[in-house]
This record gives sequence, structure tokens and C-alpha cells, in this order.
Amino acid sequence: MALPKHTELHYRIWHYFYLTICGAVFFFLIAPLFVIFPLSFNAEEFLSFSDGMKRLDPDAFSLRWYKDMIYGTKNPWGLAAKNSFIIAIFATIGSVLLGTVAALGLSSRHMPYKGIIMAVLISPMIVPLIISGVAIFFFMAKAGLAATHTGIVLAHIILGTPFVVITVTATLSGFDHSVTRAAASLGSNPVNTFMKITLPLILPGVISGGLFAFVTSFDEVVVVLFLAGLENTTIPIQMWTGLREQLSPTILAVATCLIILSTLILVTAELLRRRSERLRGINR
Amino acid sequence: MSSETKQILTTDGIPLEVSLKKAERRNKIKAFLLVAPLLLFLIITYVFPIGDMLLRSVDDKMVTEMLPKTFKAMEKWDGKELPEEEVFEAFYLDFRQLVDEKREGKLSTQLNYTKNGFKSIIKKLRRKSKNFEEGNYKEQIMAVHKRWADVEYWKAIKRRAPAITGQKYLKGMDMYKNESGEIVSVEEDRRIHRILWLRTLEIAFFVTLFCFLMAYPIAHLLATLPMKYSNLLMICVLLPFWTSLLVRTASWMILLQQQGVVNDFFVGIGLVADDARPEMMYNKTGTYVAMTQILLPFMVLPLYSVMKTISPSLMRAGKSLGGTPIVAFWKVYFPLTIPGIGAGCLLCFILAIGYYITPALVGGASGTLISNQIAFHMKSTLDWSFASAMGLMLLSGVLAIYWVYNKLVGIDNIKLG
Repeated sequence: MALPKHTELHYRIWHYFYLTICGAVFFFLIAPLFVIFPLSFNAEEFLSFSDGMKRLDPDAFSLRWYKDMIYGTKNPWGLAAKNSFIIAIFATIGSVLLGTVAALGLSSRHMPYKGIIMAVLISPMIVPLIISGVAIFFFMAKAGLAATHTGIVLAHIILGTPFVVITVTATLSGFDHSVTRAAASLGSNPVNTFMKITLPLILPGVISGGLFAFVTSFDEVVVVLFLAGLENTTIPIQMWTGLREQLSPTILAVATCLIILSTLILVTAELLRRRSERLRGINR
Repeated sequence: MSSETKQILTTDGIPLEVSLKKAERRNKIKAFLLVAPLLLFLIITYVFPIGDMLLRSVDDKMVTEMLPKTFKAMEKWDGKELPEEEVFEAFYLDFRQLVDEKREGKLSTQLNYTKNGFKSIIKKLRRKSKNFEEGNYKEQIMAVHKRWADVEYWKAIKRRAPAITGQKYLKGMDMYKNESGEIVSVEEDRRIHRILWLRTLEIAFFVTLFCFLMAYPIAHLLATLPMKYSNLLMICVLLPFWTSLLVRTASWMILLQQQGVVNDFFVGIGLVADDARPEMMYNKTGTYVAMTQILLPFMVLPLYSVMKTISPSLMRAGKSLGGTPIVAFWKVYFPLTIPGIGAGCLLCFILAIGYYITPALVGGASGTLISNQIAFHMKSTLDWSFASAMGLMLLSGVLAIYWVYNKLVGIDNIKLG
């Protein structure tokens, strides 16, 4: 940001001071993520930069920990990744279905008791996770679903739906309801109207809600720690045990993969958000 | 006008008003049916289980069910002198039943919680009661051990009569009910839970404050920069936001360890000596630093979305009317950002107060919070009713914060980035 020429000196100083502070905060936010990246290529077993790495000696870098992640003996990461993806995908599907349908009802101006129902629907997002974890554990234990994939998927649907409800209701708030009435007057039945008219228009909101639900499930550790047995281990559980017991560089290799995944999700979410804003702009 | 023309009819001959009401009702039911599946699902799997926690936390049926006749007979007892023969007889009958079912051990453990010294006298009673003669149980039981003739022990039994108890809640605040039924605090050096509550509040408060102080300038920068720069910088906020919590915690563990990057840097610039590297992890410092970075995006995003809507011409107007930039900022800009500040602080504080993973990994002993204690009782001591009680105390605190926030700012101002 360039300052106009006539700016007085002390404002000029203040301005650069402000920019420096902002720079420091941005650094604080993003730098920790970039520490993991080079260290995951460490040839040695330490979690700090070796002298060779500081000299950029090629021998100090290796893919050793990535190999260990994929081929290592007694390797938990394969099973964990498989479980994580299965659980997250089913949890996302469940959250999106339940959440989108509920959001459609909530955005109707005929909806009775809107405030209190909304409060119940988003409560899993508001209540501290540890409490949700305890409550869900009690339910799953009674229902005989503790230590099963089904139980964890259901738990993640509970935690994921609020995000879908919120994003889809937000998308629907800019939705022009006269288009559905137009479809109805042209003889379309409600299901057909939804599939052909409403869904394409609110799709960006649905997908970004789904992304939130996916990330919530994929990253969730508090509730899973209560629910999971040995069979249901997930990536977060493995990372949690790894970080508590011995910090091996394999974890950094996994973490690097997760950062790449989150970058992809971030890009998708951003593109969707812009598309959604554009679509809503047209509607207005 | 005649009365017939007043009432407008639809083509079916039904009054319009009735027809409209019917349509309205149908629409209401339709909207409700759409919400119903999720609502039902959440009520069964989530709302009821939280209610279940409430029941568990006050549940004290065990002793009540083990000594039904005794407590029935005790209803008439005034609780001052030793009880009458019928109480002793009822107790004898209950006790024999428990011995037959091999449950007297549980009774002795439970009663021992209430008053020390029950264990041995119940063991003795079990042995001797086999040879009891019919009638005059009071004499026979009192003859087993002198404590059975002590009214304090009978009072202790009577205290376990109610099927519900607030004892776990008192324990959560380091208090208990003493023999005369007064609520008193435990000794000073055993008040671990109060320390944890205070520490949780303290850490949540300071983390929120640090987040606010750091987020305000960058949210302002993001909101005022031209789009193409701000989108780029926004990545710095959004990438951590979308990245796994455990990954971010792991990176802080690497940075803050004694041989870690931050310490290397401090040694490198000569701030500390190589052999005097400060301990930055497994204590409060680690918890503060890591939690602030992890929760920062939750503060930036609501602030940004509010600041984005403030027109820059307002500040210019303030300045052109003679305000210095500081006055213009304080009187014009800052008040407009208060909804964003409220939402961000609420979000940060609520997330921080229930934090579990990061404190458990980087907090060490002095950085653990109330959530860690709840998890500890759920997984290690298996005292689920105590974990439930603490969870509900935390939950009521959180709900109280929401209530206050709703009164002050209005809950509708919360936005998701």
C-alpha cells in the first residue's frame, strides 16, 4: 500500500509499523506449517534441522519417511487412511443429505418454531467437543455401536450436519423462490423442481457444506478417541498416539500429505465460494 | 353490503379464509417434514444422550436399591438416637439378601465412600450374621462390633437413602457434604478442580485476548487491501483453518522443543546460551502459543467479514470533519466492528474453554485444562458419573456465555467466514 507523498513523517512511521505487525502475524500463522515440509525429507531420525540440511547437502534429504509411511513394518497408516476415507465419505454423504433437506425446510417462511429448531440443529457445533464426545459415547455404548464404523459415521454425521445446515441456509437466503413457483406453474412436480432448478442453484453451498463436513470428519479426534477400537483406527488417532508416544518423522510425512490435501480442499472451497457469490449476484 | 358478499368464496365454494388457512397449515407441515429427519436423528443420538449425562451425574440408586427395607423402616426414624428394632431387622433382612447374591462387597465399598470404617464391620457382620437367632436383631447386630452401636454409622447409611445426589457436582468444585449435612470445601492442598477451572478460564481468556490483538490489524489490512493482494494474503489465514488440528499441533511440538527451531534461532542470535535453552513446551507457554495460532483464524474471519462491509468513506468523512486518524478510528471505525469482535471473541473463547487435544499434547502438567480432566475420568478412572457432572458444569458455563452474548450483541451476528 503506497502512501500519498504529502503524508507526515509520524503517520509514515506508524504505517510501516502497522505493516510490520501484520507481516509478523501472517508469518506466525503460516510459518509453522512450512516447518513440517522440509523436515519430512530429513535423512536422519531427528525432528530438527541437521547440519547437512542447513548446508542444503542433497545427502541430508531422503524419502525414507515416506517409504516408511507406505511400506513400513507393522504399518498402521494404511489401515488408518482407509478407515478415515471410508468414514469421512459416508459421514459427508449422510450430513449433506440430512443437512440439505433440513435447510430447505428451515428456509421456508412457513417453518414453525424456527429459532428453537435451528438452535437444536446447530448445537453440536456450539457445544464443546469433549461434552459431545461423552454424550455420543453413552448413546453408542447403549446402542451397541461403540467400536464400529457405523457408530463413528453416525457420530460424524452429528458433528458435520451443522456446517451443511449453515452453508445451505446461507445460500438459500439469496435464493429467488419465484423460479420454483414458475417451475410448478409449468407443471413440474416438487421433486423434479428440486433436482432441475433448486439443486443446481444451491449446489455451491451444498458442496462447500459437504467439504466442511468432510474435513470435520477427517480431522476429528476427540469423539473418535472415545468410540474407536483397534479396528477403527483413523489417521487422527494414529497421529495422536504417535505424537504422545514417540515423535517419529513418519508423522511429518503424513502431516505433509495432509497439508497438501487441505490445500486442495482450500482451493476447491474458495472457487466454490466465488462461484456461489457470482450465482447469487445474478439472482439479485 | 349484505352479509353474503362479505365472505369471498373460492371456486370450490369454500370460504377463502378457510382455504388459505388450510394451505398455510399444509405448507407448515411440509416444511416441518423436511426438517424432521435431521431433528429426530439429533434428538435421539445427541439431545437425549446429553439428558442421559444429567441422569448419570446425579444417579445414586445403587445403595437405595440394595437396602430397600432398611430405608423404608428408616423413614420413621428421627436420626438422633440409635434407631429402633424394626430398622435393625429390616437391615438384617436386606443384608442377608445381599450376602446370598454376593453383593455385600459393593455395599461396603459404597458405604465406605460415605464414612470410613464400614469395610471391616460389614465383613465382620457377614461372618457373624450366619449364626443370628430370630428376633432381637438390634442386640445381635450391636454385639458384632462397637461401631454398629454408634449412631453416626446409622446416620451415614441414612444419608445414602435418596436415589439422586449432587455429590459429584460438589466434588467438581472441591466441596463435599460433611456429617452434619453442611457443604464445606476440601483442604486447601487438595483443591485440584478449582485450580483447573480457574486455569481453563484464564487460558481461554488470554488466548482470546491474544487472538483479538493479533487478528484485528490483519483483518483490517485484508479488508482494506485491493482484492488481488488480499486474496493472496487470505491464504495465510485459510490454509491453517483447513489444516488438521493435529498437524498444526505437531508443527508446534517441533518448533518449541528444546532442540527445536525456535530455540535454535534464539541460540543463533545469541539471545540465550546453548546450554540454557528455555523450556517452551509441556507448560503454559506451549499451550498459549499453540492455541493462539490454532484459534486465530476463527477470530480473523468474523472480523474480516464485518470490516469488509464498512465503507472507507466513513473514515475519510471522520477525518475531513477534523478528527485525527486516531479519533476517527476510535469514534467511527471501531464501534462499527463491534459485532465482528463479539462474534470472534465468542467463537474463540468457547472453542478455547473446551480445548482438549492441544493442551494434552503441548500442555504438560501445568497446561492441562478441564476437558483433559473429563477425558481422564472417562477413559482412566471410569468414573462416568463424575465426568458427566463436570461436562454439564462446563456446558452450563458455555450456555451462560451464549446467553450473555445474545443479550449484548445478538446471536444472529455469527458468520462462518
